[in-house]
Amino acid sequence: MKVTRRQFVKGGVAAFTVTFAAPELLSDLARAQGARSRNLVVLYLGGGNDSLSTLITYNDPFYRDRRPTLAVTGNVLQVGADSSRVDLGLHPRLVGLKEVFEQGKLALVQRTGYPSQSRSHFLGTDIWSTANPNDASGNGWVGRYLDSLPSPVDALTGWNTTRDLPRVLQSNKVSVPGIFPSPAAYSFSSPNVGAEAVAERNAAGRINSHIPVDRPELAFVYTSAQAAMNTLDRVASVASYNGTVVYPANNAFAQALRAVAGAIVRGIGTRVFYVTTGGFDTHANQNPNGVNGTYYTLMGTLNDGLTAFYNDLRNQGLLEDTLVMSFSEFGRRINENGSQGTDHGAAAMMMVMGGRVNGGLYGTAANLNPDPNNPTLENGGADIRFETDFRSVYARIIDNWLGGNSAAILGGDFRNASLTFV
Amino acid sequence: MAFVFDRQYEHLLRRAGFGARSDELDTYRRQSFRGAVELLLNYESIEDDVDGHLMQPGYVQISFNRGLPFSPRTVISDARQRWLFRMVHTNRPLQEKMTLFWHNHFATASGKISSSLGSTAEGARYMAAKAAEDPGGVRGQIEMLRDNALGNFRNLLVEIAKDTAMLVWLDGRNNVRTRPQENFGREIMELFTMGVGHYAEQDVYAAARVFTGWNLARAGTDAHLQFAYVAGAHDTADKTFSFPVYRDGSKTIRARAASEGMQDGLDFIDGLAAHPETPRYLGTKLYRFFISETGNIDGRWLDRISAVYFRSGYDMKAVMREVLMSGEFWDQAAYFTRYSWPVEFVVRALKDVGWNGFGLGEALTPLGNMGQNLYDPPDVAGWDLGQRWFSTGSMLARMNFASTLAANQKGNLAKAVSDASAGQSPESLLAFVLSGLPAADFDNAVRNELLNYLTATGPWTGSSSQLQAKTSGLVHLVAGSAEYQLA
Repeated sequence: MKVTRRQFVKGGVAAFTVTFAAPELLSDLARAQGARSRNLVVLYLGGGNDSLSTLITYNDPFYRDRRPTLAVTGNVLQVGADSSRVDLGLHPRLVGLKEVFEQGKLALVQRTGYPSQSRSHFLGTDIWSTANPNDASGNGWVGRYLDSLPSPVDALTGWNTTRDLPRVLQSNKVSVPGIFPSPAAYSFSSPNVGAEAVAERNAAGRINSHIPVDRPELAFVYTSAQAAMNTLDRVASVASYNGTVVYPANNAFAQALRAVAGAIVRGIGTRVFYVTTGGFDTHANQNPNGVNGTYYTLMGTLNDGLTAFYNDLRNQGLLEDTLVMSFSEFGRRINENGSQGTDHGAAAMMMVMGGRVNGGLYGTAANLNPDPNNPTLENGGADIRFETDFRSVYARIIDNWLGGNSAAILGGDFRNASLTFV
Repeated sequence: MAFVFDRQYEHLLRRAGFGARSDELDTYRRQSFRGAVELLLNYESIEDDVDGHLMQPGYVQISFNRGLPFSPRTVISDARQRWLFRMVHTNRPLQEKMTLFWHNHFATASGKISSSLGSTAEGARYMAAKAAEDPGGVRGQIEMLRDNALGNFRNLLVEIAKDTAMLVWLDGRNNVRTRPQENFGREIMELFTMGVGHYAEQDVYAAARVFTGWNLARAGTDAHLQFAYVAGAHDTADKTFSFPVYRDGSKTIRARAASEGMQDGLDFIDGLAAHPETPRYLGTKLYRFFISETGNIDGRWLDRISAVYFRSGYDMKAVMREVLMSGEFWDQAAYFTRYSWPVEFVVRALKDVGWNGFGLGEALTPLGNMGQNLYDPPDVAGWDLGQRWFSTGSMLARMNFASTLAANQKGNLAKAVSDASAGQSPESLLAFVLSGLPAADFDNAVRNELLNYLTATGPWTGSSSQLQAKTSGLVHLVAGSAEYQLA
């Protein structure tokens, strides 16, 4: 049997990275102070987070009945009682977020959702992304915000840390760069070196400036290629950012947040970021208690990434410019299923974190009494009924943080005066 | 030597295959259009010896990791290389293309299989093992899909419902009477047959109960996992749906003894296969994959697909004959109106640019950066297709793969140019490269940029060092162009 040695390929291939000398960067802090702006980080918890295990009504008499193997048995991190006097605690692994909560910089908005909530991952995600339960096929709500900015909108106004453009960021005006898996991978290679490589890069830049507006399918690819060519150098300036804290190396979510922090610190002009961490579709073996349990691990990833990000931005003096908002396509069924997991449900909790956030508990918890007439539940007492329309959370952020017009962007007035988290 | 209808045959092989090797183009253009389509459809008559050429000279190479033996049955990166190898070298291109289509349709990820079963080898095995090479005779999911690539759709649904990887992926192995598990019951309606909007939430609950007891058990001396119907775990009560399950219009699967309860699932699958929305949902996906991703689909086209689907008793070969012989497929306005999937782009680039001395392991990380790891779709809905392949980062990954391949083929390319005496002028070099890499038409402004590039670092001399640099650079620019990403 013949063996092709990897070395043959390695030795025979010379793929070089072409870079131009970047203008010398100001010191991080000086640069940041000179170009302050408000940043929004949209965080998607992929798969449908069981937020009953994130923010726990640990004294509800039905909690352990309905979750015989999935109730959180360790010490929940108590965060007090909400306005309906229900005691609440964060998952025991969320130690860092508990500290942020105590500093008053974390808002927990309970029971967000919308009427007749979709239990489909795909339709559900599209609805949360477009903020339109009636027709979830258009641009994203953040994309519509980008479209509301004065033209032209620079490609790096948005920064997506995933490969594929999420619907949240889909817009008419701008092709938001997908910078994945890291800013360092976002570079232009050449089969040649020196002047030949520079000539190729120049040619690629010029070619992709000839957008064929009369051929829309092709023009779409051109706009992506053009955005890539126009953003290479600025993204490269972020690649070297290590942060003032350690972002856990084996946590891809944390690494994505390191890049976000780098973009904020370097002041390259980005206003909205999209990050995600997945694995929340816990139909089986959800295990929120074991140190290697599925849900316990999910909480670890979430906590460690967000805590590193928070502390880094605090150290950089940029916390007050940054707001993180989390969402997921649905919450999960209250009763556990036969495989120690939970199926698709309805309303869930959203988190908002940042230096200017008015932290605390917003809204009221569900009462888990399975009585079909329990007004905090739906689907015959199986699922949690929404209390706060998720679009009201978006509206607050658009109006009070981004300085946009929520009614225009959301296609209706969803303002809710009780949501004073920012 | 070029023939009058090369563009048509290239279109056929781009869509029904992964582009055209020169020997493939020769084979198909000897046929009439209908004959070529029949040759693609009736692949059973063509010997399947492609895996026998793995690691032979003259074929694209396999890259080895850490000096360990090549083991697609237990190492997913090896399985990916073996599948890419098939895509490059198979003489049954439509079988591979349909296998890829079904992989996206019944999207299952080896990563979850591995993590659920606590072993990375298990994910590769239940997705990619060939029965003949596995000690327990396990046939991985993709092998099953390949065996049924143009088979009966109803049978395919039964096979997928009993597939080990699927029973782990959508948790069917844990679906028991006392606590029904909704994951598979939902997706078989939403994603595999009729599509969202044609069933109600109550149908999901009933479907979960139908499949209670469709679990897994250990079997054989190697204790591999395989489908087992567990009567004691089956919910025997009536299951009522909002749509007809039976031909007589009945919406209720009647209570039957637990020992007979597996029939519930078979009856339900019969009902889904017979649902009028199923061929329309499937037909829409086939149209987008084989014909065009843009514009509306004429309802009459879907009517024709549905009619063939029902008339043939769910025979996918008959359905695909209708797709490939339709006027919509051959309409020249449909040429280059599909956004190539990353594996389509990579395989076609290998066929067009050359593979001699290229190791497929070098394509795996780039494919991940482009957004497509074979055997690991992002979720059960499959990959985000069409324009969603083209974020800036993934477009950059395509441009950079073009660079990697051009660098690897630098010597071969320069020799080909010299053999064809195509290096006399920038114009002759550009014509040579464009004829080897069929793509959507380049506008004049772009052609001029390509010509300018050829003289950007000095006047044209045609020297061998200039040809080395400029041919690889030009192939990089063309294979990495927007025009080449369309198929």
